[in-house]
Amino acid sequence: MLSVQELTGGYSGEAVLKNVSFELEKGELFGILGPNGSGKTTLLKMLSGILPFSSGDVFLKGKSLKMYTPKEMATIIAVLSQHSSQSFSYTVKETVALGRYAHQKGWFQTWSDEDDRIVMQTMEQTGVAHFENHSIHELSGGERQRVFLAQALAQEPEILLLDEPTNHLDLSFQKELLDLLKSWTRGKGLTVISIFHDLNLAGLYCDRLLLLENGEININHVPNEVLREDRIREVYQTNIQKQPHPKVPAPQMVLLPEAIDEEETENLTIDQSLLTFTDEYIALHCPIPLRTMSSGVVGPGTGWHQIFVNRHVNKNYDCSDHRKEMVDYLKTQGFEPGETVGMMTAVVLEDVSFQLYKEEGFSVFIVVTAGVGNAIDASRSEEHSFQMTPGTINTWVFISGELNEESFIQSIMTATEAKTKAMYDLDVKDAVTGTIATGTSTDSILIAATQKGQKLDYAGTITPLGKVIGKGVYECTKASIQKSRKRIKR
Amino acid sequence: MQKLFTLKYLNKKGIAYLIAAIFLLVAMLLGISIGTVSVPVIDILKIIGAEIFRLSPNEQIDPMYTNIVLNIRLPRVILAGLVGASLAIAGAAFQGLLRNPLADPYTLGVSSGASVGAVLTMFFGISIPFVGLLTLPLLSILFAFITIFVVMLFARQIDRSMKVETIILTGIIFSSFLGSIISMIIALTGEELRQIIGWLLGSVSMRGWAYIKIILPFFIIGSFLLLINSRELNAMSFGEERAQHIGVNVQKRKMIILIAGSILTGAAVAVSGTIGFVGLVIPHLTRLLWGPDHRHLLPLSILTGGGFLILADLVARTLISPTELPIGVITALIGAPVFGLILINRRKERRG
Repeated sequence: MLSVQELTGGYSGEAVLKNVSFELEKGELFGILGPNGSGKTTLLKMLSGILPFSSGDVFLKGKSLKMYTPKEMATIIAVLSQHSSQSFSYTVKETVALGRYAHQKGWFQTWSDEDDRIVMQTMEQTGVAHFENHSIHELSGGERQRVFLAQALAQEPEILLLDEPTNHLDLSFQKELLDLLKSWTRGKGLTVISIFHDLNLAGLYCDRLLLLENGEININHVPNEVLREDRIREVYQTNIQKQPHPKVPAPQMVLLPEAIDEEETENLTIDQSLLTFTDEYIALHCPIPLRTMSSGVVGPGTGWHQIFVNRHVNKNYDCSDHRKEMVDYLKTQGFEPGETVGMMTAVVLEDVSFQLYKEEGFSVFIVVTAGVGNAIDASRSEEHSFQMTPGTINTWVFISGELNEESFIQSIMTATEAKTKAMYDLDVKDAVTGTIATGTSTDSILIAATQKGQKLDYAGTITPLGKVIGKGVYECTKASIQKSRKRIKR
Repeated sequence: MQKLFTLKYLNKKGIAYLIAAIFLLVAMLLGISIGTVSVPVIDILKIIGAEIFRLSPNEQIDPMYTNIVLNIRLPRVILAGLVGASLAIAGAAFQGLLRNPLADPYTLGVSSGASVGAVLTMFFGISIPFVGLLTLPLLSILFAFITIFVVMLFARQIDRSMKVETIILTGIIFSSFLGSIISMIIALTGEELRQIIGWLLGSVSMRGWAYIKIILPFFIIGSFLLLINSRELNAMSFGEERAQHIGVNVQKRKMIILIAGSILTGAAVAVSGTIGFVGLVIPHLTRLLWGPDHRHLLPLSILTGGGFLILADLVARTLISPTELPIGVITALIGAPVFGLILINRRKERRG
């Protein structure tokens, strides 16, 4: 469809683009990325024939771009640019109708029914038909952009060039426009080349991305390969982090802002001074939000949370929608559910055991409530019928340090192994199988980190962090179970 | 439904043409009728009808009327109409091309060039053999041509893609340069002073049919070139890049429009001197009334521009009769305040 070969050129003799080559297939949605001044717009201008290039060539359907007359070009390529000047107040319909220029022949350029049909159709598709007789001066920026999109589409192009099409659009129209473009590439075989500033939008919609850096191609590949943390960081010279999209297999980049109040919270240590106890719950209020990974009833999975609540419920607690009930409960207690990780236990809260472990450069604070009335051997759990009896081990691990995703998961593994070892050493038996239990059926865990201070990249059992978690969870779990046993004997 | 819409659309434009044509006709009749000797409208129609259809002269009409109408007023009215029409359509085209409602033929230095040509002719008393009295108009057109080419050449030197902004700037530079040349010639001149100043202020009086023959072919060629480029003008008023994306051969079309505009302006300046504001106010007013579509804007500007200048000339020669005011004074006196009003209204609308 389009073949760009060693394209070089720019303004007034100075080469903005150097040796750019790529191929484009019909029906592709192709994104052009790059920092300001990397040559994105220059490339687009050359492809649309506005800017002559000094060397190299562009082949459109096998024929050099230089061999096309502007009119021939306009029936194949349409362009939607970022800025458009409108000095005179044409109506929307007059503006869109101009798109038919290249299709009209002869000196008198008669307006056919076919032209009229296409103009009406494109106005319908872009949602501007209902103000066809309004002046374009009366429209908002986004509406105007859609009018010019309709104009471009009225050209019935095979290739559509877009310069940051979502620039003036609000969120819903950004999505609508890109959904529309995507469906046209699939349904009608339209080829779309678009400049993007928003890496995430580009990653979501494009089949392929071209990353420009100082006028040269850094990479031309699928989004997942182009949107690599290190690559983007280097090309854009800024601090970003990559994240998976929650629903679609597309990479998403997030900015990492420079912290402003770094000093105040840099040396924050989470310890028992932050804990509050009541008959109904144990809560920990942190002055800053913590990065969490948990299996709580409220605020599970990964997230950022500031309040942590371990709530005591009656062992006969039974509720069809315990999640909603828990949210309501948190609200009545004055906790904001969106900022809270909440857990439940039937264990008496005075059996809690907590301990702060200080290490070189970081610290770990562990809180455990344990009851083993429901102890189960995980290896033989299929022998259990589903039956709820009170007894839960809720483990909280607060780390004053910076963790990555790996160390979060390793922390969970290490904590679980330590818990199981505590059960073993205390000889906690599974009531049904008679073997040593590995935990209870309703155990919950929370790992929360301040994400400040020392970087802790690993939390396996023999790493500095893993060692502390293993030892701490073992000790606290054991202490809590012993307290519980003692209380029951009494 | 679709047909109905098209019909309504045509009707609206049809009414526009009807009103503009009636305006021109009424202006012409008034221009011929009113003067030191008043000629009844019925007689005018009879005289012109007799002349066109070669009928035997009607006994009832005073031969003096026939003489006044055919040899003095009619050529004057037609000349005023052609000059007004030329300046208006050229102005409309330049405004569309330069995407600036404040632009007019003078912005590009075309009329200054034509003026220099005329002033030089008068100053040196140049007379080209065989054309005699027509030396002045021909040299004006020639200088208008030369100016637009020098301006374009200069603009191309600054910026190869010849952006509109560059052309306007170059035009302004040349305008003031040529303006000072004229001032210098006026300062150097002696007894010719009154003639030059009179010409500079503009007039369509005592030109006769000869001048109509001079301007008519240029008017037809220039207008034709602009009319067949009206869709390109529509496209270019959205910006040159946009126009090229739509499929317009911008370089070529821009050249044709500039040449056509300078033919029209050069010829108009040559036969009547510098008459300002017609090329500025008429297209603007027409656009406000009937929309910016050049396919209708250009012909409508021809009709209204012609009518406007005929009326302006009528006012110029009757206001302090028997002395005639220069027509350029009248157009400026009417045009400048109207233009100011339009500007203020536009501002208010945009803010509102």
